[in-house]
Order: sequence, then C-alpha cells, then structure tokens
Amino acid sequence: MSEAGGGDWEENSPERLYVITGGRSGGSAPAELDLVTLIVARSGAKPGMQPEHAAIVQLCQSPLSVAEISAYLRFPVSVVTVLLGDLLADNRIVARAPIPPARLPDRALIEAVIDGLQKL
Amino acid sequence: MDFRSSEHDGSEQHGGGAVRGPRSEDVLPETATTAVKVVIVGGFGVGKTTFVGSVSEIRPLTTEETMTQAGVGVDDTSGVDGKTSTTVAMDFGRISINQELVLYLFGTPGQERFWFLWRGLFEGALGAVVLVDTRRLEVSFDVLGRLEERRVPFVVAVNTFPDAPAYPVEELRTALDLPPSVPIVPCDARNRGSSRDVLMTLMRYLQTLATTQEAS
Ligand SMILES: Nc1nc2c(ncn2[C@@H]2O[C@H](COP(=O)(O)OP(=O)(O)O)[C@@H](O)[C@H]2O)c(=O)[nH]1
Ligand SMILES: [Mg+2]
Repeated sequence: MSEAGGGDWEENSPERLYVITGGRSGGSAPAELDLVTLIVARSGAKPGMQPEHAAIVQLCQSPLSVAEISAYLRFPVSVVTVLLGDLLADNRIVARAPIPPARLPDRALIEAVIDGLQKL
Repeated sequence: MDFRSSEHDGSEQHGGGAVRGPRSEDVLPETATTAVKVVIVGGFGVGKTTFVGSVSEIRPLTTEETMTQAGVGVDDTSGVDGKTSTTVAMDFGRISINQELVLYLFGTPGQERFWFLWRGLFEGALGAVVLVDTRRLEVSFDVLGRLEERRVPFVVAVNTFPDAPAYPVEELRTALDLPPSVPIVPCDARNRGSSRDVLMTLMRYLQTLATTQEAS
C-alpha cells in the first residue's frame, strides 16, 4: 500500500512551513478546530489568494475534516489550523463543529454509530 | 470532484495550486454535518495501521507533526532554528455512519508525549481502543493508566499473533489491572469484521456507561 496521497512530507521543511504561516504557531488558530471538524468552502478559490489558502478552498468544495486537509496538503495539522483560521476570518469557509466533548456520551449518537457499523 | 483529473500530475509543489484531494468515491456527501472520532492506541507494531486500514472506507491517510527535542506541548517556539526534531506520523481512516454522521479512526502511538502533538486528540473522542500484544504486555501499562487519568473510556483488543501466548481473559485482566467492567476482546486487526466487532464492543460499552451515569 502506498503512502497517503503519494506523500512526500520532507519537502515541507520547518523553514517552509514557518514562511507559509508567517511564523504563527498553532496557538493562534481558532480553538474550536478539532481534527474532525468538517470544513466546507463557501465558494471557489479566488485569484490572488495565498496558494495554500486556495488549495484548502479547492479541497473543501465538499466537506473534509481538518485531518484530511492535513493529509492531502501534507502540512501538519498545526499549520493547517492556522491557515483555516485565516479563511474563517475572511468568511471563505464554514466549520461544521464536531460534537462537543460531553460528560455523558450521547445515547442517540452511539445508537446511530452502532447502526452504521452493523451495515459495514 | 476529482482533483487528480483537473490538474497536472501528482509531483507538484505541495500546498500550491495542484493538490491531490480525495478520490471521487471518497468525497463526503454535502449532508455530512457531524464527525466523531475514536482513537486506536498501542505500541509499535501492535496493528494500529492494520486495524484502521481494515475498517476504513478510504485508503488510510497520514498526518504528521514535528516534535522538537526542546519540549513537546510546552512551547511552540521551535520555528526556524534547527533544533533536533522528530517526525511523528498518525494514520487515520474514516467510516460514513449515515448521510450526516462520519466516524474517524486515529491510530496513535502509546507514548503520551506524542498525544500532545495533536491538540484535542483524546478530548473530543468518543473513546479509545487499546490494542495489546500479549508478547509485550508491559508496553500497555502506561497507556491504560494515562487513559484512566484522562477519563477516556476504552476497551482492550488483544491482537492474535501466531506466536503470541494465549492467556485467558481473566488472567489478562489481572495482569493489566483492569476493573471487571472494561471489555477485553480478541481481535484480528487484518480482518474487517473482527475490527468492526471491536468498535461495536466499544460503542456498547459507551452505552452501558451512559446508562450507569444516568441512573446515578
Ligand atoms: N497475525 C496478526 N498479525 C497482525 C495483526 N495486526 C497486525 N498484524 C501484522 O503486524 C504487523 C504490524 O502491524 P501495523 O498495523 O503496521 O502496526 P502499528 O505499528 O501498530 O501500526 C503487520 O505486518 C501486520 O500485518 C493481527 O491481528 N494478527
Ligand atoms: Mg502504524
């Protein structure tokens, strides 16, 4: 089995990633972004967008999780969330938040997962 | 939408214009609104990648983070000056539960220092599957303790390697110091049905926990 997306992460050196985020770290990313937050673009990529922003918008024409965006772009999640923060601020994307971590597992949700797994 | 067909080949600059996205059959429907996650934890070679791959509807993907020697989860100032860094990979897969709900499975190494690399890996998770290899039980002790501390509900799946000693479940429970309520099930991570059953066990366990908590 080949690596995800034919990946070659080596090209994304720390130096290059530093440039892409303008030196911002994951700490400046919106806190509500989880690995499984689904991201959907509001429209297509616009000319003049930073290429990394354009790539995300293009990927997210259909819902895609933050983790999947990271895998396809071959950027760490910490970098992706910074870029997503920019796009959220510019109203380019919508974040469909995952279920907030609840004290009680939601029984209807678990029931739905069981039903889904049964069909596998 | 298939990004492979719309751009030049896959050997392009990363993060640039020509990013290869999901295969057309892997695109989630527009109706997908909610995603949940389960974490598959275990030592090196215990079968995490195999487990994720056997139940995932997409070819497993990988996300990587760079860990600097200086202090993981302590500071984020590694930036440009070349401190010694290690790349840590995490495999994940996906199961569409229905038109709205998607389940993601993340396979992560057992060492807690790696968990901080992905913020919220466990915090928002429904629960965890701890994969155990009976040839190396001791590597699981730490994982189990950490999950208990974090109050992440988990089940234990014992991978059946041919040369691994087969212990009765209750002996394993004693060896792993687990309360009677925590399910321990055998598993062949290479088998889709077997891996699926482990996830089912976790979900049923979560239901039991919910019922118990409602009653108290
Ligand atoms: N017999 C047996 N072999 C397994 C099982 N799960 C994984 N393996 C094999 O063990 C090796 C390591 O598995 P892998 O999934 O890469 O482990 P990881 O390091 O935890 O991701 C591979 O060669 C698998 O084919 C299992 O349940 N039974
Ligand atoms: Mg692996």
